[in-house]
Amino acid sequence: MGALSQVRSLGRGLATTFGYLFRPRVTVDYPERERPVPERFRGLHILDRHDGGLEKCVGCELCQAACPAHCITVEAAENPPDAAVSPGERYAWRYEIDLLRCIFCGMCEEACPTGAIQLTPRHDFVAFRREDFLVDKRWLTVPDPAVVAPEAEPVRPPAGAGGKMAG
Amino acid sequence: MNGMSLGYVLVRSVILIVLLMSAFAYFMVMERKVIGYFQLRWGPVRVGPWGLLQPLADALKMLAKEDAQPLAADGLVFHVAPALTLFVALAAFAVIPLGPALHIGGFLLPLSIANPSTGLLFVLAVASLGVYGISLGGWASQSKYALLGSLRASAQMVSYELALGMAVISAVVLGGSLSLPRLVAQQSLHTWAFIPDILGFVIFVICSVAETNRAPFDLAEAEGELVAGFHTEYSGFRFASFVMAEYINMFTLSALGALLFLGGWNGPFGLGPSVWWLLTKMALYLFLFIWIRVTFPRIRYDRLMQFGWKVLVPIGFLNLIWISVFVVGGGWR
Repeated sequence: MGALSQVRSLGRGLATTFGYLFRPRVTVDYPERERPVPERFRGLHILDRHDGGLEKCVGCELCQAACPAHCITVEAAENPPDAAVSPGERYAWRYEIDLLRCIFCGMCEEACPTGAIQLTPRHDFVAFRREDFLVDKRWLTVPDPAVVAPEAEPVRPPAGAGGKMAG
Repeated sequence: MNGMSLGYVLVRSVILIVLLMSAFAYFMVMERKVIGYFQLRWGPVRVGPWGLLQPLADALKMLAKEDAQPLAADGLVFHVAPALTLFVALAAFAVIPLGPALHIGGFLLPLSIANPSTGLLFVLAVASLGVYGISLGGWASQSKYALLGSLRASAQMVSYELALGMAVISAVVLGGSLSLPRLVAQQSLHTWAFIPDILGFVIFVICSVAETNRAPFDLAEAEGELVAGFHTEYSGFRFASFVMAEYINMFTLSALGALLFLGGWNGPFGLGPSVWWLLTKMALYLFLFIWIRVTFPRIRYDRLMQFGWKVLVPIGFLNLIWISVFVVGGGWR
């Protein structure tokens, strides 16, 4: 009796696996086809702009303080009176993220008072060298709709503006 | 084999080896694909259309690998073992007839390299030499995992050969010959041998899985315990030789199973003999190998031995008695 039921269970095992032959595949042909990620997926960061083209970031450095992985570096400078970069008093002249350090927790997004830094659903960023994962402000900021030509040189703080002149 | 010159035999041998190698290459792809399908995946699809160039890529990779050898290894034996295993696997296939000899415009093409009157004995004798390559390979590696793997392989293959022998003898008693073509001819006269000898066939299937060291009897290369068993220290083409030998042994055993129990090249329902029937039966048999592999987990080593000696061998003996009674009592008429 015991032996017979064991043999039967072997047969049931074979039948089970055979049934799987005809089920639909679960594989997604990744590079050709992508599985949609949830709308609020936390992927690659961007620095957003206002509609008029001004940067949303006001250089408050709250994201840097909130970041548990210490992957954000922000340095602020006074807005030049004739050509304001952001609507506030100050703007970030330096904004860097180490994408290899980032844990994509979204704390920076939550800390940001102006909604400048946002995590997008994009997750397929790759590079051949480690240095390429250290991205700067120019790389992160969404393109200015008003500027058609390629962007000018990275923003430098005007002489004497702001307290931090590390650059 | 009257009037067969040595040259003709040589040419046919080369053709057979090439056929076996390509069959191995594509069976490997098919196995990966079929296992993929069982596991709701696609299997290899990237290299070439539908993954069909995968064996080419694998062969290139194997050839480009570093030919590593442990410092403590016994050089000569280490090098000879994979070659021996592969040689034995290929040699065993030499007497397997794939079908009745073909006459192509007065030109005789026998579908086996040799046709000795005791072909079955030759297959068993040569196939059991395969364990030497495996145990020598594991021994010469001077590595604990390889040694344990080869110990297991030797014990397992010796144990299961006994039960395999019981199953084969039952087919021999039934057909009254040791010549494979004559056994097939017997089955074309009556019914296929598995009908009275179903137990023998089941034992043969189980033992053929164990003899080729495949899951769930792949104790010799149990990667959970022994890294890769007897071929742990092998890389590149020597490793490939072991794998090739394993697959060619599968071909041999599936052909043997089809010839002994499934009517060989006879078609079902009285359909005429053809090579394709044998190949179809072999393909189904090989599918069974894969099916068993994806379904059952590896069994424990002591249970493997227990099952072989305390279950399969006694059942094999009883089945042999039953077949003898069947034959003496008039057989199939």
